[in-house]
Amino acid sequence: MRVALSVTCINDTMFPGTGQAVVRLLRRLGVDVEFPAAQTCCGQPMVNTGYLDEAVPAVRSYVDAFAGYDAIVTPSGSCAGSARHQHALVGRRASEKGLDRSLEADLADAPPTYELTELIVDVLGVTDVGAYFPHAVTYHPTCHSLRMLGVGDRPLRLLREVRGLRLRELPAAEQCCGFGGTFAVKNSDTSVAMGADKVRHVRSTGAEVLVAGDNSCLMHLGGMLDRQRSGVRVMHLAEVLAATEDAPAEVVR
Amino acid sequence: MTSTSAGNDARAEILGRVRSALRAVEPTPEPVLAPTTARTLGDAAAVDLFDERVADYRAVVERCTAGDLAARVGAALARHDATRAVVVPPGLAAALGVEESALAAAVPGAVADHDPGTGAHLTPYDLDRADAVVTAATLGIAETGTIVLDHGPGQGRRALTLVPDVHVCVVRTDQVVRDVPDAVTRLDPNRPLTWISGPSATSDIELDRVEGVHGPRTLHVLLVG
Amino acid sequence: MTGTFVGMPAFPSAAREALADTQLRHNLAHATGVIRGKRSRLVEEVDADVAGGGAGWEELRLAGAAVKQRALDALASHLEQLEASLTAAGATVHWARDAAEANAVVASVAKAHGADEVVKVKSMVTAEIGLNEALAEEGIAAWETDLAELIVQLGDDLPSHILVPAIHRNRAEIREIFLRKMAAVGRPAPADLTDEPAVLAAAAREHLREKFLRAKVGVSGANFAVADTGTLVVVESEGNGRMCLTLPEVLVSVVGIEKVVPTFAELDPLLRLLPRSSTGERMNPYTSTWSGVTPDDGPQEVHVVLLDNGRSRALADDTGRQALRCIRCSACLNVCPVYERTGGHAYGSVYPGPIGAILNPLLQGTGDEQTDSLPYASSLCGACFEACPVRIDIPEVLVHLRSKVVDSHRGDRVPKPEALAMKGAAWSFADASRLGLVERAAGFSGPFLKRLRRTPLPGAAAWADARDLPVPPKESFRAWWARTDGGRR
Repeated sequence: MRVALSVTCINDTMFPGTGQAVVRLLRRLGVDVEFPAAQTCCGQPMVNTGYLDEAVPAVRSYVDAFAGYDAIVTPSGSCAGSARHQHALVGRRASEKGLDRSLEADLADAPPTYELTELIVDVLGVTDVGAYFPHAVTYHPTCHSLRMLGVGDRPLRLLREVRGLRLRELPAAEQCCGFGGTFAVKNSDTSVAMGADKVRHVRSTGAEVLVAGDNSCLMHLGGMLDRQRSGVRVMHLAEVLAATEDAPAEVVR
Repeated sequence: MTSTSAGNDARAEILGRVRSALRAVEPTPEPVLAPTTARTLGDAAAVDLFDERVADYRAVVERCTAGDLAARVGAALARHDATRAVVVPPGLAAALGVEESALAAAVPGAVADHDPGTGAHLTPYDLDRADAVVTAATLGIAETGTIVLDHGPGQGRRALTLVPDVHVCVVRTDQVVRDVPDAVTRLDPNRPLTWISGPSATSDIELDRVEGVHGPRTLHVLLVG
Repeated sequence: MTGTFVGMPAFPSAAREALADTQLRHNLAHATGVIRGKRSRLVEEVDADVAGGGAGWEELRLAGAAVKQRALDALASHLEQLEASLTAAGATVHWARDAAEANAVVASVAKAHGADEVVKVKSMVTAEIGLNEALAEEGIAAWETDLAELIVQLGDDLPSHILVPAIHRNRAEIREIFLRKMAAVGRPAPADLTDEPAVLAAAAREHLREKFLRAKVGVSGANFAVADTGTLVVVESEGNGRMCLTLPEVLVSVVGIEKVVPTFAELDPLLRLLPRSSTGERMNPYTSTWSGVTPDDGPQEVHVVLLDNGRSRALADDTGRQALRCIRCSACLNVCPVYERTGGHAYGSVYPGPIGAILNPLLQGTGDEQTDSLPYASSLCGACFEACPVRIDIPEVLVHLRSKVVDSHRGDRVPKPEALAMKGAAWSFADASRLGLVERAAGFSGPFLKRLRRTPLPGAAAWADARDLPVPPKESFRAWWARTDGGRR
């Protein structure tokens, strides 16, 4: 099975360590993931802000970059949700407005996009990935993985098998953290109010590390935790799962 | 009041806009079938559930036998200190299956809604002065603890079970159905229907439920059979 | 209501003001938390019955959505059928294109009976059309009789929730309003009034009773209007609805054209879904159904006003049409993390929360700054869609409406900074070599991010106000991959 990594634009530019962790983790599980260098972005920032025409080039690059692979894996529930639920909308628009007449048809032939935990649990059939992470951790299920994709308890099943990891339950876990893409700046007061409640819940768990499957949400929450000098670090789930006794994770960002 | 020409214009324009909005939409001619009812209950279990669910709304629920019924109606009124003026809808004794004389003995303060001499009905003010009302019911819904009145004989017009502060309602166990769809198929939509689930209530203050607002603050259900 | 939403600022600034009100945030968090708990326990109860052969919650939702969608898909013929059934049952049917036409019908009915007051059942549609204000101009007092509506009306306030318009008020504030305001419009509140909810409810009972008993004209909306039988349905809790529907001699019901349900039997899934989603009860205390006039029972003159007021516009939107399935339960408000923090007033409409964020632009069209801000008043977390009993995909409609807002500005002579940024993003995302170029030009040793706070890039300052920016990496992922052959060297 040829699996391509869609690292996502935000991880490419801001959080390359997450992409590197995915590569290490999947190689350990026997999947020699490839990185098609032609990839850019799934188009979600434009779609969610209402700029559908502007999303067409990004979706086109997504389709072209990943053509011919058996599967796409991405360390982001949000970007997987975009590929699975929004690309068709952009394709239809591209056809209707004559922006890219073949996009809709090409999307129909595109390989499936899996969020990282879906690939590990459903396709590879693994829950113990052989990880070691001796820290107290709490997990925030990001909205798009929870509700748009329905990843359910897959991330928690993976975390429970990590040696040394002490999992702390997050109160009101299913409430949105307030990031929401451009919502975080267009409605920054509301976004920060939502984030403040999430951060309060995170701190109440006494966890050293807040883990989630989307670095965008973690950038927002991490930014607030840092501003509060809370001492709580944020880490992408992939980085926790990639850590072993031989190659422990650095608990810094 | 007749429709004005402006009204006719409005009618044509609204229907025209609606039709044009839906040009490309294919209608679905077949009704949507009711999803299965929430429980497969035997009759006895349905009655037990009805009892439990009515009580859950903080209504009073008592079981009794047909022979006991008239006396239990009287006792219920006495328990709520609501005996002086009790509204009795036409056809109550027959609907309850009790003798007129037995009912009269149990409800000495009975007030008829309709005066055959003058043809007049009780006014809203008369009803406001009444202590209680006693009625039969059309059916009971177990899953939701709901009583439905279709305001036929023994149930009275709608205002009778609304304005007095105490409603004593008699439901026969053979009137209890399992869930909402069982009720919907049995009810006559051409009659006015009142679905009652417990005493009047509100959640308008901090979303805390408080029983007792404008409708009867006491609902006393006698479950017969 | 005497307040008005006219002139409300766009959502972000209205929200900022609301967020500063800590009492409001406390009231909302408490109330929505209570109702969320009740609802989810009942959904679990329904799902627990699946083992016994019962329909699960999802099956009920699918049926509810299907009934409402079926009603909408052939709306014109269902409306004609409804009109015929109502007329046959003795009702007079009126059609109103907009608020002014509907208000004029109600006013003329009241005047025809010499009434200087009407009693009202809580109804969203009469709030939408500003009926109370229109009647006041005609010298007719409209008394709100639902407890929360009464609190809003007495307090000269605006509604902030669909089910509980006074959700932003706590018990102490309500006691104050009753003590100060009841006397001017009728029976005063007792001097020893406490802030116990039961005591406050009893004061409302005493205050409103004289109005119910003397009322000649009642005004209602309807939760459902059944086409094949001409049955109107009002779902309520307090009994104020029954008072208004049965004691007056005359009843006028204003019904949005989207309230149609094709057949009586199809009320079933909706009557199972609505109370559980709305008040978190298996069934609400009172549901009244009636068809036109019933001899010797209730109002002997019955009017029904079928109202468009933007509904046909919403119906013409292929993606937005589903919003007309809404049964006004307010479950989406109660689960919305944005609503929970800002409350309803920030939405500037009688329809707040997620459903309001789509319904207002659909009914009114885009183009007004306040309305155009509503589709953005969401983090797209999807909790609303998950809770909606008729499966309105609110996030999908929000994104669709955002694109309509953006499209309406495509011809602007001076594009907004955001539009320029999106065009720039589109350019760099069209081709990985361009993206690589942008990444290198930005300088990943950090100056790019250090400059960010001072750049005119939209939102950068708003971000940095409360959130630290992450420390930028030394190289991008694609640069790392190229340098190390994916970590192999």
